Amino acid sequence: MSDVVERTLSVLPGLLGQHDLGVGLRGAGGPGRVSATSRLGSLIRSITALTSKHEEEKLIQQELTSLKATVSAPTTTLRLMKECMVRLIYCEMLGYESSFGYIHAIKLAQQGNLLEKRVGYLAVSLFLHENHELLLLLVNTVVKDLQSTNLVEVCMALTVVSQIFPREMIPAVLPLIEDKLQHSKEIIRRKAVQALYKFYLIAPNQVQHIHDKFRKALCDRDAGVMAASLHIYLQMIKESSSAYKDLTGSFVTILKQVVGGKLPVDFNYHSVPAPWLQIQLLRILGLLGKDDPRTSELMYDVLDESLRRAEINHNITYAILFECVQTIYTIYPKSELLEKAAKCIGKFVLSPKINLKYLGLKALTYVIQQDPNLALQHQMTIIECLDHPDPIIKRETLELLYRITNGQNVIVIVQKMLDYLKESKEEYAIINLAGKIAELAEKYAPDNEWFIQTMNAVFSVGGDVVHPDIPNNFLRLLAEGFDDGKEDNQLRIYAVQSYLALLKEEDALYPQKFLQVMSWVLGEYASLVTDVDPEVILTKLHSLLKKTYVTSETKVWLMAAVTKLASHTSSSMTVDKLIQEFSNSLDTCMRQHAFELKHLCEDKALMKSLLPFDASCNDIVVDASLSFLDGFVAEGLGCGAAPYKPHHQRQQEKLSQEKALNFEPYGLSFASSVSSSGITGRQSPAGLSFGSDTSGNSAETGHKETNTLKLEGVRKLWGKEGYLPKKESKVGKEDEPQTVSCGSLLAGQMGEPPVSQSDQVASLSEEDKEKQQLASTLFIGLGSSASVSLMGKADTATQKFKRKSKISATQSSEDVTDFQNSAASDFGPLLDTVPINMEGCEGSINTKLRKASLCSSDIVEDNTAFETSQSLKTSGLDDGLLDSRMSQSSLFDGNIEIFQPSPSSHCESASKIPLVLCLPEELEGLAHSEVVELCQSEDLALYFCKVWTDDSLLLTVFVSNKTTSAFNTVNLVFEETEHFQVLESPTYQFPVIEAQSVKLCQRCVWMDKFCTQGILSGSVSYQSEMETCLEFSITLSLLDFIRPMAMTTEDFGKLWLSLSNDVKQNIKLSSSEDSFSAALNTLQQKLKLHIVDIIGNEGILACQLLPSVPCLLHCRTHSGMLALWFRSPCSALPDGLLYQCQKVMEES
Amino acid sequence: MSYGWVTPRVAAPVVPRLGGSWELPAQDIHRAEQNHGFSRPCTHGCSSLLSQTEEVQQQIIRETFHLVLKRDDHICNFLECGSLFGGSDYKLIYRHYATLYFVFCVDSSESELGILDLIQVFVETLDKCFENVCELDLIFHMDKVHHILQEVVIGGMVLETNMNEIVAQVEAQSKLEKAEGGLSAAPSRAVSAVKNINLPEIPRNINIGDINIKVPNLSQFM
Repeated sequence: MSDVVERTLSVLPGLLGQHDLGVGLRGAGGPGRVSATSRLGSLIRSITALTSKHEEEKLIQQELTSLKATVSAPTTTLRLMKECMVRLIYCEMLGYESSFGYIHAIKLAQQGNLLEKRVGYLAVSLFLHENHELLLLLVNTVVKDLQSTNLVEVCMALTVVSQIFPREMIPAVLPLIEDKLQHSKEIIRRKAVQALYKFYLIAPNQVQHIHDKFRKALCDRDAGVMAASLHIYLQMIKESSSAYKDLTGSFVTILKQVVGGKLPVDFNYHSVPAPWLQIQLLRILGLLGKDDPRTSELMYDVLDESLRRAEINHNITYAILFECVQTIYTIYPKSELLEKAAKCIGKFVLSPKINLKYLGLKALTYVIQQDPNLALQHQMTIIECLDHPDPIIKRETLELLYRITNGQNVIVIVQKMLDYLKESKEEYAIINLAGKIAELAEKYAPDNEWFIQTMNAVFSVGGDVVHPDIPNNFLRLLAEGFDDGKEDNQLRIYAVQSYLALLKEEDALYPQKFLQVMSWVLGEYASLVTDVDPEVILTKLHSLLKKTYVTSETKVWLMAAVTKLASHTSSSMTVDKLIQEFSNSLDTCMRQHAFELKHLCEDKALMKSLLPFDASCNDIVVDASLSFLDGFVAEGLGCGAAPYKPHHQRQQEKLSQEKALNFEPYGLSFASSVSSSGITGRQSPAGLSFGSDTSGNSAETGHKETNTLKLEGVRKLWGKEGYLPKKESKVGKEDEPQTVSCGSLLAGQMGEPPVSQSDQVASLSEEDKEKQQLASTLFIGLGSSASVSLMGKADTATQKFKRKSKISATQSSEDVTDFQNSAASDFGPLLDTVPINMEGCEGSINTKLRKASLCSSDIVEDNTAFETSQSLKTSGLDDGLLDSRMSQSSLFDGNIEIFQPSPSSHCESASKIPLVLCLPEELEGLAHSEVVELCQSEDLALYFCKVWTDDSLLLTVFVSNKTTSAFNTVNLVFEETEHFQVLESPTYQFPVIEAQSVKLCQRCVWMDKFCTQGILSGSVSYQSEMETCLEFSITLSLLDFIRPMAMTTEDFGKLWLSLSNDVKQNIKLSSSEDSFSAALNTLQQKLKLHIVDIIGNEGILACQLLPSVPCLLHCRTHSGMLALWFRSPCSALPDGLLYQCQKVMEES
Repeated sequence: MSYGWVTPRVAAPVVPRLGGSWELPAQDIHRAEQNHGFSRPCTHGCSSLLSQTEEVQQQIIRETFHLVLKRDDHICNFLECGSLFGGSDYKLIYRHYATLYFVFCVDSSESELGILDLIQVFVETLDKCFENVCELDLIFHMDKVHHILQEVVIGGMVLETNMNEIVAQVEAQSKLEKAEGGLSAAPSRAVSAVKNINLPEIPRNINIGDINIKVPNLSQFM
């Protein structure tokens, strides 16, 4: 016997005195009880006798080698094998590889007698994991043992199945285990339920058919089996509670009987009847009763009883109480119970036992949303918990405080959190807490100074482990700003100042992320601070660049900052020095940046245009259309080259050329040819990369070339937002990038004035003096009378840093309510509308944050509006078809492309028409819907009309001025949706709408993402007495975007084979004779399908979803059914069309 | 207990050696692992690791040990271990008996206090089965400890909390063990005869005739 064991034993009695548990672990047996003779015993003893890790390793390796020899020797008996397995388990437990024994463990489980089998199974379940391939070898053994007559073998097999079993082999044992549910022995039934639960977890589909057996297990006469089945129910109810509402009564009955002590005394634990069973049931009830008054009704009584019965002062009763409280707060509330539950929570919170206190805090956190007053009652306890020595308690308290934070107590709470953050060393806690602080700071910051200081603390304490979203969000907040430009600048200036102060300390080490944030802010906004010489900042950045602890990623950020600063200064020694220093740096990235900087410094004008001040939020437009090649293209065209035609157009032409005689008028033209042709559409160019100087200059080239191109009839259709609206004042627009885009909606709305928080600041400084005072600051605004909503999540009133909304959606809705509120009031004659301050909305649409890295280039291109012409077709060519009220279906009758594009004709986007609402002449001829009213106010009325042109859906919005005075600057904005794309820009501005007149705005719409029906909403804002905004929404359906697609049978065949998504469906035809052609006609007329060919009882049809997604339909009649077979490259389109087909066929 | 993939296991404690020190108490750990659904009983303090999974396991053991050890007796028995188990849902619940720590790792579907008492049940059961259990029993009979734990917790689920029942099951099995041990020397047909006899009826006076559970709609499934 080694002295180690003796030493251990001698220590034990002393330790035993320290705890008061009923069971002590005494070394009563002494060495005699330990099987000293066993090999395991001697192994353990020799290991404990060792003094170093190295020796242990040597010994275990030795042991493993001898074990390996033993287990693989053919003469080894199973008895010896069993002993070897135990030793192997021990070695594996110490962390040593013993995979050579795995297969022997399986063999032992297979071949051994009961005892050996048991060790074999144990070894298998400890060695192998769920996906281990050797597990498959076990399946046979398990099957054999499940069929055994020996109960112990069955038990062992069930145990191993519920621990590890390969998913794919479940079917092999499932029937056997199902049988075991009827076994006469409870223990077998119990383990079988457990095994089925395991199956349910790993492969729920495979046990779907035995759900009724679970129900049987639930009403098993043995309580143990019933308890086992509760695991399954808890899991299933968690996944979907609605399917098991009918069992609520049963669970309530069971709980009632358990609480009432109907179970055998055996189940009592410390004279509490089956506490774990009660806990389980309470959880299930909580899940069932959630948000369901009727189900909750059933359980009020039993919950009340549970609360009443759980009186004895013991741990386990508290466990039940806690579950009760949680359930009561989860289900549909009943005030009586809530009151009792609140009292219970009080018991927990006030308990001197630390575990109960912890749970009390947890319960408080849980219920705080429903019952804020409870936190008020226990505020003193919560304050005490804040200074508790146990970090777990502290963390839980902070979690609670986090939930009750509002604009008034944020300073104190965040301070507490920062204190904890500074002490905390666990990475997980830091990440978690830093995120919370950043969230609270952004949401409730009382002033700029505090916000920046708090974020600085987060960055410096949180270091590099903080979630990357935190610095990103912070920078975005700075860049996008709020609704008040002055506030923005103050915040930015303060940030710059604080960083400069931080960087003044020479030796301070800051985390990389913090340095990156600093360098970005300094680069962007240092020039706002006028009293600091940029040279000083540059010097600081330069010295940082030379520091060794700065990573190369951070260096790139720093370099970018230097470049930005350099663009604002005329010439700088530091920059020159820096360029020189890094031009021969070994770091290629740095060297490149240095060279870029050098070249930029040589061309200040380019640098200025490249790095405009405060343009980080402006969208950088990538010139995907390569407009800088316009000159080249124009040259080519001038030399007689054929203009570029997109693929489908060429195909179309080729097809039509193949035809000997074209009997179909206008068959040649292809609908979408104009709109999407590549060369004709050029958008405003944008620089892509820093290195490509040409792209920076190509704007000018592009413009010039546009003019020449235009003369040749090549139209400029594409702009930044799609189709470009026609603008007369082209040159002027180039210099005012954002004026066109954003409506004036944003301009009027400013952020709420900052809440004065000076008193809070004062309280912060004194907080340590008096807990009472702390409490008052912490729980301020918490009471029911306080106006601040408790969770603060919905509370925006105190929110300082309100982000700008992307498309002013919220604003416009606010405006609408404003409007509605004032709608009743009398609208006087309009004042002359004040020109809307466009600066206010600059950059608000585009919220992309500019990267600090130079590589991603800071060029912000002009959002130039080019002279464009609408893709509207003139009516000149199709006089014959001009039927002013042609119905939608009749238009598409026949295989004709009705309208020819006429490049020379420009349609004024906003043509003035008489008050009578009618479409412009050129549109009258097109299929269009009735003019429908969209919305009205006292001043304006909006009407709209859908015009189904052959390459888009043209929405024509009529804005009619009902007043007697003119409106200046009326803005119409379409909101972005994921489904629809408004070509040209989504905004439209009417410079003036005269009194009693109607103006109209036209926008082409495409379906961007497939949907059967969608809503395109938008708003019109105008200046009457106040900024007013009218909202409207237009419902667009799939059929608005379906156009016939003309093609030949041959072409159809080719296309058919190339498409992959198909949908087949049979529809019953109406009984009328010759129903097939009737059906096809219906499809043609109602769905705008093009009939390609009809042969006997088969027909092929084609259509396209704008802009150019084809869909082919093959239909065939047989015995009164119409078999439809769709094919399309878009997976959803066939389904959508099929639905429409069914609809129209039913109607017909 | 966390349900599903978490498999708590018991490990026979050894006197630990961390950094060559002998003062540290042993740890008995029920441990769990998410990704592999695989766990073995382990004690801490061993780092010779060959496979990745093993490394992760040992890492968990080590960190758990350090976390638990740091805490003194007067603070709460629950420990949020954060990222240790790959999710914030997990909690360590431990109990400290003399030189032994019993640690359970559970997810949010378990009641904290309930588990705390389950540890007590487990320890009391160990005490009954070993007749005054000492840590050496746990070391030298780790297989038996595992078997006892398997009666309490199977596949991460609390199966039985009734102490008498657990003890009865364990005793029945060790009786069998003795019987087989005695018979192993006997002729092989005697062994097979024993193998095929049924386990004696385990006394279990919990036939609950008066519990009356009605489950609605059962008929429609049957």
